[in-house]
Amino acid sequence: MRIWGVGPAVLAIGFGLAGIAAPALAQDAAAPQISESTADHSKFKELQRVFTSGPEVTEACLSCHTEASKQMMHSIHYKWEFENPTTGQMLGKSHVLNSFCGNVASNEARCTSCHAGYGWTDMSQPPPADETRVDCLVCHDNSGQYTKLDTGAGHPPLEAKGKTITGADAWAVDLKEAAQSVGLPTRENCGGCHFYGGGGDNVKHGDLSSALYHPTKEVDVHMAEDGLNFTCETCHVSDKHVFAGSRYDVKAMDTEGTGMPGMRRDVATCESCHGDTPHDMLTLTGIKLNDHADRVACQTCHIPEFARGGVATKTRWDWSTAGKMDENGHPLHINGYTQGNGKELHTYLATKGDFEYGEDVVPYYSWFNGQVEYTLSDQTIDPTQVVDINKIEGSADDGRSRIWPFKRMDGRQAYDSVLNRLVYSNVWGPTTDTAFWTNFDWAKAIDAGMKAAGAEYSGQYGFVDTHMYWPITHMVAPASDALDCAECHAKDGRLANLAGFYMPGRNPTSWGGLIGMAVLLTMAAGVAVHGALRVMIRGKGGKHD
Amino acid sequence: MTDISADHSGDPRIETCPDCAERTVMIYPKFERVWHWSQAGSIMVLFFTGLGMNGIHHVLSFEMAVKLHTLTALALLLLWLFATFWLFTTGNWKVFTPRILGMFAVARYYAFGVFKGEHHPYQKNLSQRLNPLQALAYGALKAFIFPLVWGTGLLYLTYNFWETVPNAPLWLEIIANLHLAVAYFVAGFVILHIYLLTIGHKFRDGVRPMVTGKETVALTPEQEAYLERHEPWRLVD
Repeated sequence: MRIWGVGPAVLAIGFGLAGIAAPALAQDAAAPQISESTADHSKFKELQRVFTSGPEVTEACLSCHTEASKQMMHSIHYKWEFENPTTGQMLGKSHVLNSFCGNVASNEARCTSCHAGYGWTDMSQPPPADETRVDCLVCHDNSGQYTKLDTGAGHPPLEAKGKTITGADAWAVDLKEAAQSVGLPTRENCGGCHFYGGGGDNVKHGDLSSALYHPTKEVDVHMAEDGLNFTCETCHVSDKHVFAGSRYDVKAMDTEGTGMPGMRRDVATCESCHGDTPHDMLTLTGIKLNDHADRVACQTCHIPEFARGGVATKTRWDWSTAGKMDENGHPLHINGYTQGNGKELHTYLATKGDFEYGEDVVPYYSWFNGQVEYTLSDQTIDPTQVVDINKIEGSADDGRSRIWPFKRMDGRQAYDSVLNRLVYSNVWGPTTDTAFWTNFDWAKAIDAGMKAAGAEYSGQYGFVDTHMYWPITHMVAPASDALDCAECHAKDGRLANLAGFYMPGRNPTSWGGLIGMAVLLTMAAGVAVHGALRVMIRGKGGKHD
Repeated sequence: MTDISADHSGDPRIETCPDCAERTVMIYPKFERVWHWSQAGSIMVLFFTGLGMNGIHHVLSFEMAVKLHTLTALALLLLWLFATFWLFTTGNWKVFTPRILGMFAVARYYAFGVFKGEHHPYQKNLSQRLNPLQALAYGALKAFIFPLVWGTGLLYLTYNFWETVPNAPLWLEIIANLHLAVAYFVAGFVILHIYLLTIGHKFRDGVRPMVTGKETVALTPEQEAYLERHEPWRLVD
């Protein structure tokens, strides 16, 4: 980007000097574009060969980058496991339950199609320990034509058959071209998995969708190509292949700010670039906004709505209605929603149940100290209440919480109605007689899921309403689109559900207001009565002297 | 305002002063008038923007209301600092000292006499231009009500500097509510203040001295002599 910016200047200087130094001009014009990288991988002998599988490419990578797989294999991208240092909970995709497709166990090859490795087909085992099973290309391919098969446990399609992880028809990936193209990850690399979590574009997060491949400034002020043109990694800095920005252990308040130049490789917070007093301290409004920064996350005002840019997010998923057939006995599907970019979306699928979608969604707000406590499969739930799949911790008075925006996903999903626990279910498995998407039989699907996860199951199931919370932090809008004060500082404003603190403007009839109004009215009434009496009795008042 | 002696050697309740001469004098010098009107304007702005921030009306955006309210309040505070300095250096603070003598007569007048067309029992003079009830009301306003408003207001404004004290949110709520309640009281005072201008004379005649600075008052021969000798500029006519 910066190099492109310098180009015209170099040319201009060249032309300016043309009159006195023609040979120099000729030299400049002929000068090749200087590569941003110090290595052109297409020139490496190790990569000038035919590759027949992903691991073969990785093996070639490892012949130079000897420690890369060791780094990768310690990262959450490979382990799908995260032990929360505060709660001690064992989290990560390999363990948690969610309100989307539910769980990985028993659905491996479908779910692990997005694993940053090759061939993890059993969640009860750790990911493959062979270093060549790390998928370098999924993150580092810059040819744009590398992808993964949607049911291939992480392997790329080598023939035009099936679908890719983004739901597109698969093509035969050219591994050689991909291997020779490698470079730093682009947003296409990250987006291929992260934009499509939950089984489709923007289904899960709400703030991560294909709209971020080529967003306008209005959709994402940082990623707009005619603006700052950030990649994901501009914020999600990494160290030894471990990336900052965990959703399991969120840095909800960053008082360190920018740190020393180049020092911070551990956080993806707004403050790590913008500092902790980002608004103009020379204006009253700026000072007042900076006063907010210790209690209100940047995202709360600067991401006024999520799922912007024409790609909807799933806001409700009701598994309990799944399994309906049409009049011909075929699985029913209904397309009842057309999203902003014109694409039609399913509102009912026999395999998955009923869906609702939202675009430009106003977030749900909550105090958040960064801690998330998951309702894991061994925890007892109260099925008469809405179950929080991941409880957002924090309060107005714990001194380390800020008000954060969330996507609150409404779910209705299976649970063990005797043990009162959430259950794993086997949904994918085209050749099994247990998978729900193949057989439409919950009893078998749950039984198989629980067996695969090694969890106790009573054999009885029901459906329970759930909430799942997704912190909103992407799709930052331009400053001019930031929330107006009155969105919150008003009666029934956006923070109406939050208590435990005083916020000006949201209660015109507070006790001070009521007492004051009563006093004012009494005085005004006294004056009115006095005046009326004067008029009635005398016609006019007396006179000085 | 003036160094003139306040000594009447008589009862200020007495309506007429047989030796006195009616003279038009400069009763409110320029600073006092500027002070009065900018304070009046500021209080109106503060009241209007305050109501806006509390959601009573939506004429201004919340941001604009906060901005105007804060800047006006700070400007008014500065004015108060000057005015207080002026009051104490000139000795003018004395006009606000409450006095019992004559207060009952004034109160009785507002409660009964005014309806019967009686004359106002207090005669304004140069050193004591406020009647005893006014002195009490303005004195209380200056000593208690205004400090309560700007005290709570400053604490409210500087919340971020003390938010770490125990129970800060509760204190903030109390402070904000006090600020609001007292502000409504000030608004009530303004209504009363304006209404009283209609008593005893025409409204216009009540306002004029605060515009021109000039008013006709009774001067004792000693006061007249003093002004002629030391402050001739006060004697307009």
